[in-house]
Amino acid sequence: MAILEVENIHKQFERTQVLKGVDFRLEEGKALSIIGSSGSGKTTLLRCLNFLERPDRGRISIRGEVLFDAEDAVTRRESETRKKRLHFGLVFQNFNLFPQYTALQNVTLAGELMARERPDYRAKKREIRQELEEQATALLKSMDLGERLGNYPHQLSGGQQQRVAIARALALRPDILCFDEPTSALDPELTREVLRVIRELAARHTTMIIVTHEMRFAREVSDRVIFMDGGVVVEEGPPEQVFGSPREERTRRFLSYAEDQ
Amino acid sequence: MSFQEQLPIVLGSLNSGFLQTLRLFAITLLGAIPLGLVIAFGSMSRLKPLAAITRVVVWVVRGTPLMIQLLIIYYFPGLMLKTNWWGSGESGRFLAAAIAFIFNYACYFSEIYRGGIQSVPVGQQEAGLVLGMTRPQIFFRVTLLQVIKRIVPPMSNEVITLVKDTSLARIIALQEIIWAGQSFLKGSQGISGQIWPLFFTALYYLIFTGVLTVLLGRLERRLDYFR
Ligand SMILES: Nc1ncnc2c1ncn2[C@@H]1O[C@H](COP(=O)(O)OP(=O)(O)OP(=O)(O)O)[C@@H](O)[C@H]1O
Ligand SMILES: [Mg+2]
Repeated sequence: MAILEVENIHKQFERTQVLKGVDFRLEEGKALSIIGSSGSGKTTLLRCLNFLERPDRGRISIRGEVLFDAEDAVTRRESETRKKRLHFGLVFQNFNLFPQYTALQNVTLAGELMARERPDYRAKKREIRQELEEQATALLKSMDLGERLGNYPHQLSGGQQQRVAIARALALRPDILCFDEPTSALDPELTREVLRVIRELAARHTTMIIVTHEMRFAREVSDRVIFMDGGVVVEEGPPEQVFGSPREERTRRFLSYAEDQ
Repeated sequence: MSFQEQLPIVLGSLNSGFLQTLRLFAITLLGAIPLGLVIAFGSMSRLKPLAAITRVVVWVVRGTPLMIQLLIIYYFPGLMLKTNWWGSGESGRFLAAAIAFIFNYACYFSEIYRGGIQSVPVGQQEAGLVLGMTRPQIFFRVTLLQVIKRIVPPMSNEVITLVKDTSLARIIALQEIIWAGQSFLKGSQGISGQIWPLFFTALYYLIFTGVLTVLLGRLERRLDYFR
């Protein structure tokens, strides 16, 4: 069974209809890349999955459980949203690290706040914190940031900041990790180190959705590729097919244009 | 009277004047810092009429001299309503002055707060939401310190200005330090026609603003560890 099922998502801002019925599904442990020209609705789609935007129509289910259904008032309740968000992680284009916290604190903060809701938090405060810190340290070390635990974001390069942001998202163990153009704010050199981390995650079968303009990377790292245009999925398939022999004229045009860049 | 005889009399007078200055300064900050936050949230409210009314009030208060506000607040109840709201004597004048100052400074502070809050990128809030934080958690653990960092420099300016602005309360005869220093021009306690007490008065201000500048600078530097 698919871990994620997205059906008929529509989203409109004032007068612009941005998403016009997006459908796709994703298997557990697979990486899905979403490509498409600027303004095609990729960011909006990720924001809908992370409940930063509320779709006007459609359904989002995880492992068969309906998280959101525009027709069903119960699933639209704001109070439930916070828990549902935790199924997803989101890595932003411009990192959005918390500037007043160190790399380590950025990774532990959310987990610590969440642990306060546990009934045994007061009794086991120290152990819980220590465990969170150990876990965060291990995560950061696995991203080559072992030397940078105590650094503040402004003391880190863009590539390092983005890796901290990835660790921060992973620390909550989301079912699906989403990336919104994780390298488009970075120089080519820094891009490489971030892509390496994502590649490693893919090798460890982390379920991921990656919005990217790095076509070579998308082709190499993903199990499935979606090409979006004008708020709909134009073409979907394994990378060899979408990149190698696209069925749709629009995909072909986009790819040849992207190659010229 | 020799200078040696005059000095203790003048200093005694200046000290009690300075105490009044200090009290007005402290109560204004104590009242205006939280009231400014209420006004800031009012002006950013999603209720359009509330936001509009708040902004008009702030505009009027910031667009007119504090001295006029002092005069109106002090004399309006007695002259127009024939009531003695403020009570008589120095305590009445202090109460009226405190209310005028608190309201005036709260309006200035509210604009600084609003600018500070709006200058924190929405990405910070969205990052918090995606990590499953509640809105209060995001405000207190993520946004607030960034807002404070941004508002400390403009707030410092306002605080220094407030030190000097307290002298405006002389217009309703509040016995603050300039009132005390000036009394030796016309004559008081057997001393008259003396300008030097005013130089001493200026020195009091200079020392006070100097101390504040150092303290506020220290606060600013303590927040330098992040950007
Ligand atoms: N909050 C909003 N209000 C109004 N319009 C919006 C809003 N967010 C996005 N849009 C519009 O929706 C369209 C799709 O935007 P979106 O950011 O999802 O595209 P994208 O595929 O991520 O583009 P890019 O590759 O440039 O990041 C754009 O035309 C954009 O102007
Ligand atoms: Mg985008």
